[in-house]
Amino acid sequence: MSEHTIVSLPDQATARIPKDNYITRENGLLSWLLTSDHKRIAILYLISITFFFFIGGALAGLIRLELLTPQTDLMATDTYNKVFTMHGIIMIFFFLVPSVPATLGNFFIPMMIGAKDLALPRINLLSWYLYIAGGLLALYTMTVGGVDTGWTFTTPLSTHYVNTNVLTTGLAAFIAGFSSIFTGLNFIVTIHKMRAPGMTWFRLPLFIWANYAASILMVLATPVVAIAIVLIALERTLGIGVFDPTKGGDPLLFQHLFWFYSHPAVYIMILPGMGVISEVISTFSRKRVFGYTAVAFSSVAIAVFGFFVWAHHMFIMGISNYAVLVFSLLTMLVAVPSAIKIFNWTFTLYKGSITFETPMLYAFGFLGLFTIGGMTGVFLGSSGTDIHLTETYFIVAHFHFVMVGGMLMAFLAGIHFWWPKMTGRMYPEKISQMAAVITFVGFNLTFFPQFILGMLGMPRRYASYPPEFQILNVFSTAGATILGVGYLLPVLYLIWSLRYGAIAGDNPWQATGLEWQTQSPPLTENFAVMPVMDHEAYDYEWLEKQQQAQKETGEASAG
Amino acid sequence: MQDSQVHADNTAHSVHEEHPAYLRHHFNSAEQQADAAGFAMWLFLLTEVMFFGGLFTAYLVYRNWYYPAFVSGSHQLNVVWGATNTVVLIFSSFTMAMGVWCAQTRRRRGLVLSLALTFILGLSFLGIKTIEYREKIEKHHVPGFHYSLQSFLDPQSDPEVYAEYHDKALEPDMARHTELYFSLYFLMTGMHALHMIIGIGILGFMILRAWAGAYTAGHETFVVNFGLYWHFIDIVWIYLFALLYLISRHQ
Repeated sequence: MSEHTIVSLPDQATARIPKDNYITRENGLLSWLLTSDHKRIAILYLISITFFFFIGGALAGLIRLELLTPQTDLMATDTYNKVFTMHGIIMIFFFLVPSVPATLGNFFIPMMIGAKDLALPRINLLSWYLYIAGGLLALYTMTVGGVDTGWTFTTPLSTHYVNTNVLTTGLAAFIAGFSSIFTGLNFIVTIHKMRAPGMTWFRLPLFIWANYAASILMVLATPVVAIAIVLIALERTLGIGVFDPTKGGDPLLFQHLFWFYSHPAVYIMILPGMGVISEVISTFSRKRVFGYTAVAFSSVAIAVFGFFVWAHHMFIMGISNYAVLVFSLLTMLVAVPSAIKIFNWTFTLYKGSITFETPMLYAFGFLGLFTIGGMTGVFLGSSGTDIHLTETYFIVAHFHFVMVGGMLMAFLAGIHFWWPKMTGRMYPEKISQMAAVITFVGFNLTFFPQFILGMLGMPRRYASYPPEFQILNVFSTAGATILGVGYLLPVLYLIWSLRYGAIAGDNPWQATGLEWQTQSPPLTENFAVMPVMDHEAYDYEWLEKQQQAQKETGEASAG
Repeated sequence: MQDSQVHADNTAHSVHEEHPAYLRHHFNSAEQQADAAGFAMWLFLLTEVMFFGGLFTAYLVYRNWYYPAFVSGSHQLNVVWGATNTVVLIFSSFTMAMGVWCAQTRRRRGLVLSLALTFILGLSFLGIKTIEYREKIEKHHVPGFHYSLQSFLDPQSDPEVYAEYHDKALEPDMARHTELYFSLYFLMTGMHALHMIIGIGILGFMILRAWAGAYTAGHETFVVNFGLYWHFIDIVWIYLFALLYLISRHQ
């Protein structure tokens, strides 16, 4: 019975939502709040990160509205400082870091490797509660006056000079950090210990490899930022002097500790997104990902290199020229595994049977925007251009291309791709394709002008600017409005689809992954029979043969 | 299709019932469960290493920069109490290891006794630490508003330490940096003590459960993993003892 993989290619036209699934198994609010089912926790995360995304987005809207005109007219300058700080903190700690791992990762890592759950289900629930505790603390901070240090908590500004809520914000980030450590730890243990029979390391979907690499970063880097935040808190409250120059401490040490986490954190944010792109591109080109092994190892390489580039955030902070040279070189090395991924995805498209469903449109958006974001990263990694461009809008545009153009596109691609599996229903195709295009256009209109503004020398983090920059800022604000529409649409039609969407069936994309070989929405224990993996990942030739065989037996029984 | 799933459900259920009670439903075997928990514990300890790593980095950098201040600061620590505490902690690691062995060989009384000894030794460590902290408070060596440079600007005002080390007076500029030494001393030993307190709390919980026989019926994973945590705290202390107390004794 369990000697072969379940082939599940039922006809979508006759599909029904199965009565027993992880949503209907238990009812009531408590059954959700006390669940240890990874799928339910993923849904809890999805709702909460969407909530925080729209709070962060509203703050972004305020920033763009203020920057519509050169004067400071919408808000006072110190309010502006608080708004961009809270935008950064909420978007990074409460949206980007948990976005793909905590939702799609939580939901699909056990399913993709053929397990019933993550290895530590209660720790998984704990990490959601920690996330919520941190998030509520951040919201509380906003209501009592916010914080204005920038999301980087830069010393000695944060320890000596500002009188805002550094402590509560720091604690919020600290708690959210532990949530992310537990998620990463859980993923690593699960991927090592819970794989189904036959699921060897090189049969794992690339989404697993990418999340594995990101988990390593979460586990190793996050504790360092935790201790850095503790040191800031103690310096503010008890007056210890680790970062205080008057006592012999060095603010640069804080930068080292902070960026030792926060640079790898960039890869924590982007790697799981890259995993999504591998799944989507392969499925909608009906081809195995070109150079599977290279893509798998490039994830690990990004994680490893990612640990040794942090000092490129300090090129103008007085580190030695030799350090600049080494870190500049190492920074450019990260571009190599990233480029391997981009090239291999492009080669996957070559001679594939490409279709343009919504996830694929988002994936195309990712390819283009991430490439631009990555290449401008090389500008910033070489110290000469960095000295000119740092602390300008060029930086802002660069990391928004990677984080929003890259990660957010990948997140939306993943949400659309797996929505049928998570809910059992299809999203409406036409309007979602339109939303993908709107997002792409809005994004470029928002952030491309910022590259030019940065090249022209407009500094970041100011509420006012010289009038000659206005025209580009108007473009940017207009783009942000379009982008806002692009993000609001999916929320509306995805909620609509929960009730009115077409029934998806088990495998609407005819994809090969194990998660598609069970019912949608899945059972609480994921699979009715323990799956056995007997073929490579993305083996579309194998799938075609299965379909052929199924058709023949169908004809034979009909005859 | 519906039928086959219901059927599969039933088989899954009947298999489930053959398993021991402690086996959680998403694992296939007790070995897999113990393996996963152990692996998770090692990963958690790895995050702890990184957590303390930030403090050790700060210590190493500043010790290199302000060497004389760090030597004089270190001379203020009480090596006898430090060494006593090291012995106490290493002995507690031994009793903890005995506890793990008792759990694995299903000796309930032995387990409770070992855990209780570990508990007492842990408390003794904290007690001795309190005595040491009190000395620092009395000498105004706690960083902050009441910090006093007296012992470093005028070593002879501190006859006990002077008799042992004959430290020269530090320049005022360098003496200021002793505050950094004590900042790190309190941070590192304080963070270590916090881990001890958490550990002692868990030990108390474990003693009650062990008395009820929870760990001596074939499911000793919790004891084994807590043992790893306890040994880890022990190792951190050994590094702290060497770096804070011993390294500057002959300088």
